[in-house]
Amino acid sequence: MDLLATALPALGEAFALILQPKQIVFLIMGVLLGLSVGVFPGLGGIAGLSLVLPFVFGMEPVSGLALMVGLIAVIPTSDTFASVLMGIPGSSASQATVLDGFPLAKKGQAARALSAAFISSLFGGLFGATILTFFILIARPLVLAFGIPEMLMITILGLSMVAILAGRVALKGVVAACLGLLLGTIGEAAAGGSLRMSTYDVPYLVDGFKLVIVGLGIFAIPEIVALLRQDRAISRDASLGAGWFDGIRDWWANIWLSIRCSIIGVIVGVIPGLGGSVVDWIAYGHTVQSSKNRESFGSGDIRGVIGPESSNNAKEGGGLVPTLIFGIPGSGSMAVFIGGMALLGYDAGPQLITNNLDITYTIVWSLALANVVGAGLCIALSNPIAKLTTIRFTLLAPFLFMMIAFAAFQSRQSLGDLLALFGIGLIGILLRRFDWSRPAFLIGFVLSSQAEDFSNMANQIARSKFRRSFEDGIDYIASPISLVLLAIIVISVVIGIRQAKQILPEGSVETGKKRAPLIFLLCITAYLCVTWYDAYSINLLSDKIFPMTISSVAIVACVLLLFQMMRADEGSPLFADRESGGEDATAPHGLWSTLSWFALLLVLSALLGFILALAIFLVTFLRIRAGLEWKRILFLSALGIGFICMMAGVLNRDFPPGLLQEYVELPWPLR
Amino acid sequence: MSLYNITRRVACAIIAAVGLTTAAQADMDLSGETVTWVIPFSESGGSAKWANFYAPLLGEALPGEPTVVVKFMPGAGSTKGANWFQKEAKADGMTIFGSSGSTQFPYLLGDPRVRYEYGDWNVVLASGTGGVAYLPPDLAEKFDGDASTLKDVDFIYGSQGATRLDLVPLLAWEMLGLNVEPVFGIKGRGDGRLMFERGEANIDYQTSSSYLKGVTPLVEEGKAVPMMTWGALDEDGDIVRDPTFPDIRTFKEVCDVTEGCETKGEKWEAWKAFFIAGFPAQKMVFLPKGATEEMIETYSNAFKRVHERDDFAEISKKRLGVYPQMTGEQAAATLKLGTEVPQEAKDFVVGWLEERYGVTLKK
Repeated sequence: MDLLATALPALGEAFALILQPKQIVFLIMGVLLGLSVGVFPGLGGIAGLSLVLPFVFGMEPVSGLALMVGLIAVIPTSDTFASVLMGIPGSSASQATVLDGFPLAKKGQAARALSAAFISSLFGGLFGATILTFFILIARPLVLAFGIPEMLMITILGLSMVAILAGRVALKGVVAACLGLLLGTIGEAAAGGSLRMSTYDVPYLVDGFKLVIVGLGIFAIPEIVALLRQDRAISRDASLGAGWFDGIRDWWANIWLSIRCSIIGVIVGVIPGLGGSVVDWIAYGHTVQSSKNRESFGSGDIRGVIGPESSNNAKEGGGLVPTLIFGIPGSGSMAVFIGGMALLGYDAGPQLITNNLDITYTIVWSLALANVVGAGLCIALSNPIAKLTTIRFTLLAPFLFMMIAFAAFQSRQSLGDLLALFGIGLIGILLRRFDWSRPAFLIGFVLSSQAEDFSNMANQIARSKFRRSFEDGIDYIASPISLVLLAIIVISVVIGIRQAKQILPEGSVETGKKRAPLIFLLCITAYLCVTWYDAYSINLLSDKIFPMTISSVAIVACVLLLFQMMRADEGSPLFADRESGGEDATAPHGLWSTLSWFALLLVLSALLGFILALAIFLVTFLRIRAGLEWKRILFLSALGIGFICMMAGVLNRDFPPGLLQEYVELPWPLR
Repeated sequence: MSLYNITRRVACAIIAAVGLTTAAQADMDLSGETVTWVIPFSESGGSAKWANFYAPLLGEALPGEPTVVVKFMPGAGSTKGANWFQKEAKADGMTIFGSSGSTQFPYLLGDPRVRYEYGDWNVVLASGTGGVAYLPPDLAEKFDGDASTLKDVDFIYGSQGATRLDLVPLLAWEMLGLNVEPVFGIKGRGDGRLMFERGEANIDYQTSSSYLKGVTPLVEEGKAVPMMTWGALDEDGDIVRDPTFPDIRTFKEVCDVTEGCETKGEKWEAWKAFFIAGFPAQKMVFLPKGATEEMIETYSNAFKRVHERDDFAEISKKRLGVYPQMTGEQAAATLKLGTEVPQEAKDFVVGWLEERYGVTLKK
């Protein structure tokens, strides 16, 4: 009752503030801006927010908030376009959407997948806001109950989803996840600063790899290359079967799933320090585990889109809790948002809830309203935009290469970004070819630093508590929340292992000769041994223990795989190889020749700078590979270059410079 | 009223009297130009807040009202951006650089990634801050200004890394003889405060503005008690009470009365040097090597003009905290204190880091 008495008047004031024509105009402006930035993978909310910050200063608070919130709210919605249509995970919020969304697009059901995703986002967003309205008043003690051991448990829960996504050979899934975890440890260790698998001579490696690059490399590049080899449209028969209305009907048929996943989203979002990186995997895992017939997951099941998308917008709402009541941002864009709030004269923190409850609610419900507007716009756009999947892919690919190279470069603004993208893309291609679970790899990478930091920290604090007294220590590590989470993890792994054989996260794969898969396994084992030795030679225990443990586990798994391979015959799933049969093997274009087009763009960039390289790349590609006539070539190339220059100009971003730029002074954008 | 404020007021008065006419003649005209302010961190850090605060004000104050855009160039703990500024930035008056304590520490510690030289650059603004350490109430009860009473406590502290700003509190606590075990790997000081609130950590510190925002409410609720500040610098370079927290004793005072802690000698000098680099001289704005006197004047005057704004005290208090903001001679003096550290002090800290935490800065 007390709760209602506090909440309702403030809620009324908040609605009075939001529902004014001027604020709604600003909100829609924010939404439009967010949509146009958010469709680009890797740029996302931070770029958009930084863009509006200079204007926010001096604005009326509610208008400024509406503008910023509108922008943030649509990012996890708009990035769905790239995940579903192109198989490119736009941000950490849409990794799991790729698994079923992209296969649906290939089946010609892009519009259905998109509208199901958007309506789920919309629902998740509204659901999150409703819960938050009351929860935010009592959240503080509950949030404080989540200490480091509890966060570690949630991280492990995220990792346990590997069990479901491991594919036909569980051991291969384990190794893939370990490889992801190890990729995440490259660079300076968070605890003691020791260098792992890197040296100060290669400064790029010291900072480690960014999610944007790994996501693009592991998912986008293999898919783009595979599609490009076919020389046809993304949608197999170049038609759109189901329209947007089917998607909404699908969502309604799975409303309970959507509610459950929204709850997961809110809970995970509320806990500071976890960020959004686990939530869509946990939601996807839950979706699979709780479904009756699971055969179609991974090859285009609409439920695989509804689950994660319901959770990721609910998570944005949940993420406001740590941001607003502790002043601790849950993500990069939330950090910029706190900065923007300060520009308007509000400090995030406990006093905001106490003193400015109306402003707090304005933020929460602006977020919900922006969700409605954004998702509504996206649904309206999903039919026309889905038509992209019926265009001959050879005409889209060069522009996709352009965009992902540009997006990757924003990660560190160094040529190393492009090199890293290519290298990880190569790994992605091989993982895909030999059917090693790419989702497992990505989950490992995403959770790597959290898993390491939390386990180190929990261990250190627990030891100190145990020194004080045994009870203190036990209370700390075996809290009720930890125990419940542990039980969920055990159940999830057991169910996962039982079900994994039925679920093929990346469709079925032919098997072929033994030689190529064996060589790949040996290469992986060799890399693991190098990593093990590298970790072994570090002096600080805190920095070596994690990579050493993980690589030991992976080496054991590899050895077991080797034994299995020696016994198995060629038809075994151990020897999965896409080049031995099926779509890839019969493709009109070769793997390496297709990949070398992308390599050409990168090499030219290193020599001439990005824009000149792009001009040459687009013209030669469209002429030689696509075989267009000159007029169209020039038109399309000019369009592409003009577009990317405009993007960079507006967002104040640079292009990768090349050798040429070292010697010759050139005007922007050639600089 | 702090010394900085007084000097600032005096400076303001002089400029107000003669500044407008002379400054307008001496300054270069930047109308229609775009000034790029490079920040070697990501969009979400403290330096971003600081630069985003100043950028529009600086644009208004520069002659010709150019557009000032903040460009983020994160990487390698800010050494990447600083190396870029050293090597690539052109002294055309259109590029300025914002450094932070995290840029100075690797420079002082001889980090192999550092290829920049503060001596080459021209400082036009220095923004300082302070820091406050605090304890949970049960431990604070034992503490009466003499840290000897806390010698038997097992302290846990959430730290971002021993080579970062955390070096200053860690060394201070060690000098007091406290047994503080840092838990490394947290992502920001806010996370450290959360660990303290959850009871996982039982000692913590925050910079002034974060303390005012995040810890003061805890103090009012009786969940935290301030222990000491790192202090502030007076005109002579001595450590005095922090003007933002005049009622809280400084580390120097605590050290003076605690047995085994000395406010002179190698250890103290080392602590003081790194304290200055990390706090009173935390954030600075530079013009690149080779900038002309005219450019330096132009920017110094512009920042002075920003500080002269009637509403500056009010808007900066919210966004930056009550920090000293220095230009001209004062900024140059602060830069000197923060970057010209005696070799013995550097050697001591490098040795201490290796011995105590096993951290080495090898090539």
